[in-house]
Amino acid sequence: MRGVELKRHGKATRLALARPLHSFPHVLPDDCNTPAPDLPVQAGNIFEDAMSLTRRIMLRTAGAALGGALAFASASAFAQGAGTIKVGILHSLSGTMAISETTLKDVMLMLIEEQNKKGGLLGKKLEPVVVDPASNWPLFAEKARELISKDKVSATFGCWTSVSRKSVLPVFEELNSILFYPVQYEGEESSKNIFYTGAAPNQQAIPAVDYLMETEKVQRWVLAGTDYVYPRTTNKILEAYLKSKGVKQEDIMINYTPFGHSDWQTIVADIKKFGSAGKKTAVVSTINGDANVPFYKELGNAGVKATDIPVVAFSVGEEELAGIDTKPLVGHLAAWNYFQSVDNADNKAFIEKWKAFTKNPKRVTNDPMEAHVIGFNMWVKAVEKAGTTDTEAVLDAMIGVSVPNLTGGYSTMMPNHHITKPVLIGEVQADGQFNTVWQTSGLVVGDEWSDYLEGSKDLISDWRKPLSCGNFNVKTGKCGGATK
Amino acid sequence: MNQLPRLRAPRARALPLPANGAKGLVEIFSFATAAFVLLLLALFVAPQARAQGESTIIIGLSSDKFPETERALNDLPGSGLATAPQIVDALAANRLYFNGPARKLYFADEAGKMFDAATGEPADVMASALKKVRINNAVRRSLDAARGALTLMSPDPAKRKAAADSVFKSRDASALPLVEAALEKETISANKKILEEARAAIIASDSGAPEVRRLEAVEVLKSRGDQDAVSVLTTIASWSEGRVKAAAESASSVIQAKLALWRNVQNIWYGLSLGSVLLLAAIGLAITFGVMGIINMAHGEMVMLGAYTTFAVQEWARTSHPGLLNYSLFIAIPLAFLVTAAVGILIERVVIRFLYGRPLETLLATFGISLILQQAVRTIFGANNREVSAPSFMAGSFDFGSLQIGYGRMWIIVFALAVFFALQFVLRATSFGLRMRAVTQNRRMASSMGIDTNRIDALAFGLGSGIAGMAGVALSQIDNVSPNLGQSYIIDSFMVVVFGGVGNLWGTLLGALTLGVANKFLEPIAGAVLGKILLLVFIILFIQKRPRGLFALKGRAVEA
Repeated sequence: MRGVELKRHGKATRLALARPLHSFPHVLPDDCNTPAPDLPVQAGNIFEDAMSLTRRIMLRTAGAALGGALAFASASAFAQGAGTIKVGILHSLSGTMAISETTLKDVMLMLIEEQNKKGGLLGKKLEPVVVDPASNWPLFAEKARELISKDKVSATFGCWTSVSRKSVLPVFEELNSILFYPVQYEGEESSKNIFYTGAAPNQQAIPAVDYLMETEKVQRWVLAGTDYVYPRTTNKILEAYLKSKGVKQEDIMINYTPFGHSDWQTIVADIKKFGSAGKKTAVVSTINGDANVPFYKELGNAGVKATDIPVVAFSVGEEELAGIDTKPLVGHLAAWNYFQSVDNADNKAFIEKWKAFTKNPKRVTNDPMEAHVIGFNMWVKAVEKAGTTDTEAVLDAMIGVSVPNLTGGYSTMMPNHHITKPVLIGEVQADGQFNTVWQTSGLVVGDEWSDYLEGSKDLISDWRKPLSCGNFNVKTGKCGGATK
Repeated sequence: MNQLPRLRAPRARALPLPANGAKGLVEIFSFATAAFVLLLLALFVAPQARAQGESTIIIGLSSDKFPETERALNDLPGSGLATAPQIVDALAANRLYFNGPARKLYFADEAGKMFDAATGEPADVMASALKKVRINNAVRRSLDAARGALTLMSPDPAKRKAAADSVFKSRDASALPLVEAALEKETISANKKILEEARAAIIASDSGAPEVRRLEAVEVLKSRGDQDAVSVLTTIASWSEGRVKAAAESASSVIQAKLALWRNVQNIWYGLSLGSVLLLAAIGLAITFGVMGIINMAHGEMVMLGAYTTFAVQEWARTSHPGLLNYSLFIAIPLAFLVTAAVGILIERVVIRFLYGRPLETLLATFGISLILQQAVRTIFGANNREVSAPSFMAGSFDFGSLQIGYGRMWIIVFALAVFFALQFVLRATSFGLRMRAVTQNRRMASSMGIDTNRIDALAFGLGSGIAGMAGVALSQIDNVSPNLGQSYIIDSFMVVVFGGVGNLWGTLLGALTLGVANKFLEPIAGAVLGKILLLVFIILFIQKRPRGLFALKGRAVEA
């Protein structure tokens, strides 16, 4: 576990440094269009690479012996050949992230099957190409390269963690292909080749804080998160935002825990203590993945009720709650752009289809699934509009495309490659679903460069010609002007 | 919340008594007339006001707006509405329905039968045609307060206690007469104490109350002496003035000083709890790695298989024998042992026995097995977490001084120690244990004494794996039941075994508890991430000094 974490951080920093070089090939002369560094070969990472290599070998063996057929069964359902449009699906089906990403693979297969039933795209059948990057960040880049160069996919839907996205970003930019990224993330990025269909911080975190401030009159804040890039950046933005609203430093408590943290007794006791200072207290949780279950179990055991100290989470959805007894958690909050409980005909039809496709009447739907539905429909529409799957044409056609989302409105792709979404705040119910208690009156445009961080507040992204820039500095009037 | 206007029947007020007793007839007569008029007025007005109160409550609850619902709930206990208890119970259980346009409110009983909330009469409506009254946290708080006020007189002492607790939290001034009334009738001293504290919280938080009474109330809160009392006192201190402010501040600092001491006890307790989890995870490894010397990377997966066995047993109980659900853990413990022991023996026979004496190959092979097992479980059960519910005896907590002890954690400590001593018994007092020790100490000698060493190897590996499976049953109560469950424990387990001293079970016990307690004392100071790193650094330094861990084996066994 620990080795993987270190690697996550190592990778993130390294890529952040490497990025400006080849992120913007259009600003460099042709001859200095350096290829992206070959990712797995890195000095100082020998042991990890050996580990990941054995891991890969083992996985291959294991996959062949056990589950390989499962992942590829649907892929081979369609005849291979020139008459198809290939769609890459880059989600971990094994390792730590399989818990979240497997579902997204399934939803993509369902959407593609459905589109084929409608007659495919441009008269051709769609053909899903499923690969398994096994929750291994460098392997994400390798698999992405394989999808684009070998399988010649027209677009890829994939990634969950920010680290995996940062890992594939140079590959998609170098080989000029399209990635749809469906998960809420920390922002501070806008690539020509990536469409971000999940929420940016202003589409999730900030409205949630506003809700707590206005409705629950919260004055004291615990920002608790897992120790990696998404919680750290989100908390930095939130801290700046809270201070701009007049919250004092002593009323903010920030706490980070390692991935998979399972012993929450001390932290829950600390939160209880912090919450008894006579001011209404809330916890803003960016705790990710597996650590959530023991966290919520401990809250229940310690008797921290939502009526005393509400917890608002950005990474806990219906899927995560499926593994917990939610009765002690009733009233704790989550902020998303979609809940399964949203009551409208489109959503009902989607849930029915999903349950029928997975042949499991208990399967739940969640926000990243909706993001993939939106992203896929947008891509289909853009390809139809462009009349081709050629990357440049589709990139141009994508901006401005508008498709229905599952919460009863329309989502539009903006020039910054982020989409418009409503923000919903829901309270956990005893049956593991969310009850929407508040929602924005209109749609919120994703803000890629946060307005609350020094260095990013002057940046904008606009991929329309002639500006065509992911980090345009409005102060200096120059592209590539990260002021960090 | 308390400042909202309330509609209520006028209370009978103390009428002015005629001064000096004897006065003129006229005065007496006029007083009687006045009283009579007042009485008439009261008789006439009260039902009207009451009816008006009822109707505003019904309208409020059927408005489908959170603030209106909240207001109606605040008024409910004082409204005299006969169906109030049913309404709050139904709302808490999500069984309260309304018909918006008709301004009608209905509640369903547990069987789903519908009643008109205004009259309590059965109603002929379908729940599906109505909308549910929605609640959010603000409404839930008012609901708790209303429920508290309405159940203060409940015949069930546990309910009365819960009611008093929720009144303490809400500190709703309008509940004061109800608390006073309940105090007079209450016979159980523990409940009486909570009621007194609730009364004190209300009075101390009431800026209109006389200063003397507020100071008394602060004293009562001070004697309660827990985190909730601090919370009330600091709130009071933040807006009060003069002596009350000073008293509240000093009371809260006295309590906080006391709690700071208790925090050390709490750290020890949390440390023991974490240590027991480490012990459970490591104790099986103490056999396979510690005693047999196999670097078993698939050890965590045995824990995971044990947790999945628990899940399977619970599913079976849920679907076919619901009565057994609460006791499913007792079925799961032996079953998890058998399942994982069988898997362990299979792994030993098929893979590991060919690799004895080749640690690097064993490491790689068992790492591969761990991935195979993970993916197998993922294929069979799916990648998602599985829910394992806690039996009733493991849910909730009790207070020991200022320390809150969760039953779940407590039973896990007991279970870990029980497993430890049972294992000691097996190794020390059974013939299998004797043979196993013989084989590990001197394989060739044991073999020449007629011990089937191959069989003992397989059984010993099975024993280690089986114990890991039992650990999985316990861990299913506090962690995710997911294919990745084992991964998070494998490093910790090796850490404990190496720190404690390879080959020594007592070392494993002491190592686990030491690391647990040390971790919990470091965590509040350094944070969870740095705390763990510091602990690892400490172990590295420790191993430099004592390469064989806390309890080093001595004698010939070491060289063998």
